[in-house]
Amino acid sequence: MTRPVAILLGLIALAVPLSLLAGRVWIDPWSTPNAAAILAELRLPRAILALTIGAGLSASGAAMQGYLRNPLADPGLFGIAPGAALGAVASLWFGFAASPWLLPLFALLGAAGAMALLGLIAGRTAGIALFTLAGMMIASLAGALTSFAISLAPNAFAMSEIVTWLMGALTDRSWREVWIAAPLTLAGIGCLLMAARDLDALVLGEGAARSLGMDPRRLQAWLIAGVGLTVGSGVAVAGIVGFVGLIVPHLVRPLTDRRPTSVLLPSALAGALLVLVADCVCRVLPLVTELRLGIALSLVGAPFFLWLLLRMRRGLA
Amino acid sequence: MILAAQDLHLTGRLAGVSLALEPGQITAICGPNGAGKSSLLQCLAGLLEPAAGKVTLGGDALPALHQRTRAQAIGYLPQEGEVAWDVAVRSLVALGRLPHRDRGTAQVEAAIAALDLAELADRPVSRLSGGERARALLARVLAGEPMWILADEPLAALDLAHQLALLRHLRRAADEGAGVVLVLHDLALAMNHADRVIVLSSGTKAADGAPEEALSAAIIEQVWRVPARWLGEPGARALVTS
Repeated sequence: MTRPVAILLGLIALAVPLSLLAGRVWIDPWSTPNAAAILAELRLPRAILALTIGAGLSASGAAMQGYLRNPLADPGLFGIAPGAALGAVASLWFGFAASPWLLPLFALLGAAGAMALLGLIAGRTAGIALFTLAGMMIASLAGALTSFAISLAPNAFAMSEIVTWLMGALTDRSWREVWIAAPLTLAGIGCLLMAARDLDALVLGEGAARSLGMDPRRLQAWLIAGVGLTVGSGVAVAGIVGFVGLIVPHLVRPLTDRRPTSVLLPSALAGALLVLVADCVCRVLPLVTELRLGIALSLVGAPFFLWLLLRMRRGLA
Repeated sequence: MILAAQDLHLTGRLAGVSLALEPGQITAICGPNGAGKSSLLQCLAGLLEPAAGKVTLGGDALPALHQRTRAQAIGYLPQEGEVAWDVAVRSLVALGRLPHRDRGTAQVEAAIAALDLAELADRPVSRLSGGERARALLARVLAGEPMWILADEPLAALDLAHQLALLRHLRRAADEGAGVVLVLHDLALAMNHADRVIVLSSGTKAADGAPEEALSAAIIEQVWRVPARWLGEPGARALVTS
């Protein structure tokens, strides 16, 4: 176990009990009425979901940055998150949200559709540029269709529901969402780890990587599966949670030897920690309604992104 | 194990190139811009699939070999020398072990020592000079202990001292049994340091043989269209154009 992994595991071990107790109402396990039920049925699944989503998004971000050899890459680039969001919006549009399984199912179908389209368009030639462009076009198309659905929402309630859902949150999530997201995210991270050796080879550029045995088609297949499962399941249960996949690998990279393999696992752990802490902050802030997780992370993420761009500009100057 | 090409065709780049390369030698591929040198090297490395013809390693066609087997046998050093992330030299060199799926600590340290990189082993590549970076990239190839080292213009960005140092390392690898194939623009370096020179012109082989024959004044005038003559002794020749 590397030092960053050990430190992050330690921090997560400290943060989880804190997140169970923190909230608009702080729980005292010994005196709060129904404390055991609140902890077991509300706080614990929410904490596990935060860890799951953070880990999945950050591992995907690290893999995407390694694949594109670009620090500005984000899991949204492949169009899988917008695809999942489109699926979820479709279920809300048709009023299926009342059934607890249908919204995540539609979102997963949306993610699967984006993955299939990506594989179909880019899989034949396996070039990185075509693959990325295909992902961006799918993202653009899914985004446009989502906006179209919002503009044609059957009633104000549906529109409000769609917009609120798109902001991303872990409010009122239960074990059901954990059972949907956790196995898929774990499987997705497993796929990304399978891609790790090929991502390391890509440090040397495409030609040298292929000479080291990197198979572009195999790598793309693992990446589509990995990003699809982690991001698709994350969006399915929590909506759009932005910037985690972009920020976290940057925070972690200086603590490692910077090879994609070395960044992947610490990114997953740091992402889990970040989303857990961010969700706690959302719950604790004294606002009229709970701050949406997606908004909170974007409020932190956007300035970070700008700082990154400024630093890169200085580097290029 | 012989690396051979049979009647290679690549649209617009190669038109019927055949050759058989022996290990234990340094072979230079020379030719004017656009002659097909890099394309030939990439075909030999199994990175470009020819439109017709085939490349074989020890009699087996390259596409029939398992990717890992091919990657273990042939080390390829591209011209660009790209390193995407600011990894330390030791991590960069260790990438050469990827086809072997081991850490190969002994081989990595041996490659670092062979290219005099021990003091720089923990330094990020962004803080290396051009010569140090070229050595680190070659060390990456050597760490994989390939039977064949194929390098595209490995000396292009280096000053004279670093060129000679890198050629010494490549000669040592050849003496230890590896086959070394270099794309070179500098004809004097090819003349003085290669055992065999292949001259390409418009995708075909214009000359193939010992440097004195393949890079004769007549061939240079025919292929590069530049009147030239060699001065000096064998092993220390200088090219003078007029």
